[in-house]
Amino acid sequence: MNWPVITLLLVLPLIGSALIVASWLLRGGNDQAALGRDARYIALWTTLITFLVSLTLWTGFDTKSAGFQFLETKPWFGGLMSYRVGVDGISMLFVVLTTFLMPFCILASWQSVDKRVAEYMVAFLVLETMMIGVFVALDLVLFYLFFEGTLIPMFIIIGVWGGARRVYASFKFFLFTFLGSVLVLLAIMAMYWTAQTTNIVELLKYDFPLNLQTWLWLAFFASFAVKMPMWPVHTWLPDAHVEAPTAGSVILAGILLKLGGYGFIRFSLSMLPDASANFAPLVFALSCVAIIYTSLVAMMQDDIKKLIAYSSVAHMGFVTIGIFTFTEQGLQGALFQMLSHGLVSGALFLCVGIVYDRMHTREINAYGGLVHRMPVYAVFFMVFTLANVGLPGTSGFVGEVLSLTGAFIANSWVAVFATTGVILSACYALWLYRRVIFGPLEKPSLAALNDVTAREILVLAPLVVLVIGFGIYPSAVFDITAASVKALLLNTHLAVKTGLPLLAAY
Amino acid sequence: MQSLGEFSSLWPALPEGVLALGALLLLMLGAVRGERAGDLITALSVGLLVLAALIVESLPDERIIIFSGGFVFDGFARFVKSASFIASAVAIILGRTYFREIKVVHFEYPILVVLASVGMGMMISANDLLAVYVGLELMSLSLYVIAAIDRDNARSSEAGLKYFVLGALSSGLLLYGASLVYGFTGTTAFEGIAAAVTQGARPPLGLVFGLVFLIAGFAFKVSAVPFHMWTPDVYQGAPTPVAAFFSAAPKFAAMALFTRVMIGAFPQAIAAWQQVVVFIAIASMLLGAFAAIGQSNIKRLLAYSSIANMGFALVGLASATSAGIEGVLVYMLIYLFMTLGVFACVLAMRGPQGMIENVEDLAGLSKTNPMMAFILAMMMFSLIGVPPLAGFFGKYLVFLAAIEAKLYALSIIGVLSSAVGAYYYLRIIKIMYFDEVKQSLGPVPSEVKLVLGVSGAFVVLFALYPGPLYSAASAAAKSLF
Repeated sequence: MNWPVITLLLVLPLIGSALIVASWLLRGGNDQAALGRDARYIALWTTLITFLVSLTLWTGFDTKSAGFQFLETKPWFGGLMSYRVGVDGISMLFVVLTTFLMPFCILASWQSVDKRVAEYMVAFLVLETMMIGVFVALDLVLFYLFFEGTLIPMFIIIGVWGGARRVYASFKFFLFTFLGSVLVLLAIMAMYWTAQTTNIVELLKYDFPLNLQTWLWLAFFASFAVKMPMWPVHTWLPDAHVEAPTAGSVILAGILLKLGGYGFIRFSLSMLPDASANFAPLVFALSCVAIIYTSLVAMMQDDIKKLIAYSSVAHMGFVTIGIFTFTEQGLQGALFQMLSHGLVSGALFLCVGIVYDRMHTREINAYGGLVHRMPVYAVFFMVFTLANVGLPGTSGFVGEVLSLTGAFIANSWVAVFATTGVILSACYALWLYRRVIFGPLEKPSLAALNDVTAREILVLAPLVVLVIGFGIYPSAVFDITAASVKALLLNTHLAVKTGLPLLAAY
Repeated sequence: MQSLGEFSSLWPALPEGVLALGALLLLMLGAVRGERAGDLITALSVGLLVLAALIVESLPDERIIIFSGGFVFDGFARFVKSASFIASAVAIILGRTYFREIKVVHFEYPILVVLASVGMGMMISANDLLAVYVGLELMSLSLYVIAAIDRDNARSSEAGLKYFVLGALSSGLLLYGASLVYGFTGTTAFEGIAAAVTQGARPPLGLVFGLVFLIAGFAFKVSAVPFHMWTPDVYQGAPTPVAAFFSAAPKFAAMALFTRVMIGAFPQAIAAWQQVVVFIAIASMLLGAFAAIGQSNIKRLLAYSSIANMGFALVGLASATSAGIEGVLVYMLIYLFMTLGVFACVLAMRGPQGMIENVEDLAGLSKTNPMMAFILAMMMFSLIGVPPLAGFFGKYLVFLAAIEAKLYALSIIGVLSSAVGAYYYLRIIKIMYFDEVKQSLGPVPSEVKLVLGVSGAFVVLFALYPGPLYSAASAAAKSLF
């Protein structure tokens, strides 16, 4: 299999958007309904084909190797940087997660987005290319290019198809993340002048002096902490989530938040191990605050989406703790938690979208007793709520328990504080479920509700299968990540403990 | 025979010669045929500028000095000249429909642009302070007249007058600086000035004074803070194609002159001028970012944007390295495309009662004219510096050089101010995409469409194939060292 799979993955969504533009040009912009239909089908087929192609990454992946696979290299910009892509056990999963979630986003927007459908689909397809690019980029500048490139389509998606305060939310989203990222740009340049390369594979072996590591770490932290988001720079997320259209929320929670975690693993932990070890207490402290504080805030929300958004911040707290424990359990747990959260929070937002499409409100008080009218919906919503809580047997459990185990090894006090988050998450999630689904069906507006349609079942059922499947058989994920995680930790530990240059395990 | 031999050695100045002679011929044509020859003169002027750019490209790839050391042709001059000439030609093209519609039919506009281009050519190739002054004045005098070309319009006349008065002042500062430099080094030739300052030694105080006055003059021409005051008024008052012209070719030429004087004449006094350039770069970036937030007139907004962009370009010069000059060249070239593209959008803003310039009037453009809205949005994202658009790479290269030169404070303030500036660029996108339609714009003239299309394609697709442009800029930068 010698064809360039990754380049194909990057190009396919762009071809899809080019087709939509072509259809727009052919129709002359007059027949909006037909154009919308074209755009929906083109986008759906494109994302499905992209997903199928990305599966060849999974099947062709050598789980024993810790190095990068499917490598492609081309000089770029007169040799100053290069087009270099590839995946290892850590990034491959995220690529597949991205391509997997995209068709659901398209399906979720099938009817709820009815204005400017063509532009909407183009924005989503471009966003897919950017997100895949972040995970496969093996050149610092290329990484930054995709990392920042996600801002353009997301800004448009929130601002054009969002809710009432969409303008505020889109500006906040853009400016927060942009402000954080510009410092990364300077860090990338400093790394280039120190190591004389922007090749990530080379940089992973490079030993940066401690003083420089500190500054670089802080610059990366500024960006990834905003993206993650960590307390106290998380405030953009609830706004963005609430105002974004359903599919936008799914992508935001499912993939875009993971860019921060991926960045922490790939850059902070792997390239700047000494600084990461020094700053780990800071990360632990912020994460514990995030877990407890945002869980409490989540409990008090009146808006379903806002509640899920705050719960995302809390769950990302487990991820950051897991990453900076420097243990295999912690890191595996963080990776699993990110994957699981991508599925679960995505599914929860899809569930919210289903009732929102019917009722056009996200106020918790507007609902109640849905189980009487929508029993199938209640079952789906329950599975995802319990997965969000971390019930054993769902994917949410595995990630949380491993992160906490790692935390316990690293610092038992962190584990104590973080574990309260598990209890709090049960409080807000189950309370939400009770208020929305159970109780008497009193509101007259709810009386005419219909249960989920076949299309909606088609969207939710695969997610249920995966959430439970990964909960029962997590090795499906660990087998892939194990080799890369072990190699990463070996390098990191050696660098931290002995101060020797990193081993060339990559 | 001797004189003929000398004459034939002047061919590196052939592009300027062609332009100067051509401009005079066109002036005669205009004088004889009057306004009827307007279209012909426009076409011939564009042809002249393209021809000059082609001649520049066909000159041999070596450093040649003529006119007793006053005029130098090298890779640097080749790069900047061809870009400036083409940008001037685009400015002429952009004015075709516009001037006809506002009923200002002066055949002089294209001719004055050509004459200004002769001045630019001389500035870019200047290798002596006197040549600097002559080139700069030839360009500036043409610009003063062009700014006021809509002479029955009070704003245009005001713009021209303001520009002239402040420009004269800056020329005075420049001359004073030049005379101080001459007084303390005994020469006006760049090589001589460079040799007068010995490596490692502190340059004499008087020379530093002269240097600062020179920088003040250049800062005025590139509209860098604190000599930027004329820019918003002139951009707003002058006819839009003129503002487009001002923001493109003369800026690039002046930036090239600034660079050549600093690197060519004061290579041993880097410590003396670096701090000044760092200061004006920081001041320009910050002022451009903050002052543009409150603007509602798009031309005024673009004026502040251009001040900020000059600040970013100066970041490259401040690093005083080959990588930095490379950054300046790439940044300015990308900026040419962006600014001409954005001004083409401004020219396409045609309401029911003539041209409109208020940003709010773009409301809902993405529905009424999706193509133009898309291109303008990409220009805005590119001006913010969001990858993968072209503007990102310009910023990347200048800051890359600044980090190499260990100018950390400058870099951090620079990137943070670009985040501040993001706000007002985003506001334009917000108005076009998020707001409801207020009015639809009239049909876009075909030449404006062409400029929009080319610059939009460049900005979006630059990342796919940046190699040749970067190599050319790289070679041009190396020829200075």
